[in-house]
Amino acid sequence: MIGLTHYLAVSAALFVLGVFGIFLNRRNIIIILMSLELILLAVNINLVAFSAFLHQVHGQIFAMFVLTVAAGEAAIGLAILVIYFRGRGTVAVDQADLMKG
Amino acid sequence: MHPIFTSIAIAGPETVLTLGSLAALMLGTFSGKGKALTVTSLFAVAILALAGFTLLDAPAGITRAFDGLYVADDFSAFLKVIILAAAAASVLLALPWLNESGSGRFEYPVLLLLATLGMTIMVSANDLLTLYVGLELAALPSYVLAAFHRQDDRSAEAGLKYFVLGALASGILLYGVTLIYGFSGSTQLDVIAGVVSGQTERSIGLLFGIVFILSGLAFKVSAVPFHMWTPDVYEGAPTPVAAFFSAAPKAAALGLLARVLVVAFPGKIAADWQQILIFIAIASMVLGAVAAVAQTNIKRLLAYSSIANIGFALVGLTPGTPAGISALLFYVTVYVAMTLGSFLVVLQLRRPDGSPVETMADFAGLSKTQPKLAAALAIFMFSLAGIPPLLGFWPKFAVFQAAIASGLIALALIGFVASVIAAFYYLRLIKIMYFDEPAVPLATEGSAVNGAMIAACALFCSPIGMLAISPLVAATARAAAALFPA
Repeated sequence: MIGLTHYLAVSAALFVLGVFGIFLNRRNIIIILMSLELILLAVNINLVAFSAFLHQVHGQIFAMFVLTVAAGEAAIGLAILVIYFRGRGTVAVDQADLMKG
Repeated sequence: MHPIFTSIAIAGPETVLTLGSLAALMLGTFSGKGKALTVTSLFAVAILALAGFTLLDAPAGITRAFDGLYVADDFSAFLKVIILAAAAASVLLALPWLNESGSGRFEYPVLLLLATLGMTIMVSANDLLTLYVGLELAALPSYVLAAFHRQDDRSAEAGLKYFVLGALASGILLYGVTLIYGFSGSTQLDVIAGVVSGQTERSIGLLFGIVFILSGLAFKVSAVPFHMWTPDVYEGAPTPVAAFFSAAPKAAALGLLARVLVVAFPGKIAADWQQILIFIAIASMVLGAVAAVAQTNIKRLLAYSSIANIGFALVGLTPGTPAGISALLFYVTVYVAMTLGSFLVVLQLRRPDGSPVETMADFAGLSKTQPKLAAALAIFMFSLAGIPPLLGFWPKFAVFQAAIASGLIALALIGFVASVIAAFYYLRLIKIMYFDEPAVPLATEGSAVNGAMIAACALFCSPIGMLAISPLVAATARAAAALFPA
């Protein structure tokens, strides 16, 4: 029987993968965008699992909001990435170092 | 009347801002090429004023709307006045800069209105869902604003960094929200408070949730250890945008933080979040003071100054008492005036070739070339340093007093030491302006509106501003009392 704990474990694993994907990746900013989606996916699994466990609908409604906002966030992220690429001609993470200190 | 209409009437400022920002977008699109920016900016200021006007006849006491998702009280009204005023100033101060940069795109006031809408929702959030939607509505236009000067590589990079770290922070915050929802069974702040105070032993799940939420919100207020984006974004983003970032979003995020912690997690669990806040406050004050000493770029210096100031404001939040929250609101009000004033002076100055000032060395001998602006900047710096007769001293005094009254003497002492260290770099800028030989004669950009705003901020921060203390303290006390219903 798959219980709440299993869902929470999967979600925690996805969350950690997402966070590490952002910090350990030095190559490509697109990978960072994918990692961000992974974090939001973990959040949604958590919300839906809790919602089913508590016999409430609130968590699922919250998950709908997260999905919607995530779409807007990805659109803005890609737009900023495009203007960044136009100027620099690269999307490598370690090239983003014009400002330091 | 159907409850939805009553709710919309209670959420007056938000309704005005929503319709107003859509109308501003239309106005900008359909007005002529040359004057779109000016028309849209003035319209945006009118919308912000109208939103402030709807606050006037708001009912007294605590009013809930949208089934408890939204709350209007003295606390949210006080912060909304600050947010709307700071946003209106940010629209006006950008006009000369935007006209000068050639493109004159009218999207700036529209994006700023949308971000302001998000902030007003943040301070009225009574549910974790409203909190999240408000936070994102404030954040998404801010990412675009940071990258607004898209021809400039540094602006694009600032936007990219802000976006990646901001999205990560909201992911972390959301994860905390899910944990709190799961372990308390509700997303509404007062229901969570009921569950929390009914618990006999500490719930690890809730504690993890609080830690995640605090991390996400610490990013939004740029508190250490989540401050890394601040100097880069302030330096890379256009100066008017950096001025906006340093004022209104800070007030909104601090208000949100105060409401979540005080309303949803009272009683025994308060001791747990206090420990985290003590760490964040000390780290912000100390790092903000020490790291700024080595800076040469004026915008980076102001970024570290805002990190340190957030640390001082958090000292007021840490005790979680009405006196502490009142001191926090007092601090935020004065801080917004000081930081907007400093950025306005930076915006107003030009090198002889017309380029904006960047480094602190540019300010050498400013007292001889631009005595009025030098005097105004000196007032802001003395005020930020917390030198007694100026207004900046009194909120610092109030937050330390609130901390000491709750027995947090070590926190107040460390804050005092940090403010002495911070005084070094504020005074160094004054020394550069008044005692160094002028290197290049700086010109002013010459906008009368910005000049008037500098004069108003300087007057408020000068000893004359002490006249405003007693009405201000009365208003903050009333606002803070709204978070502690008897």
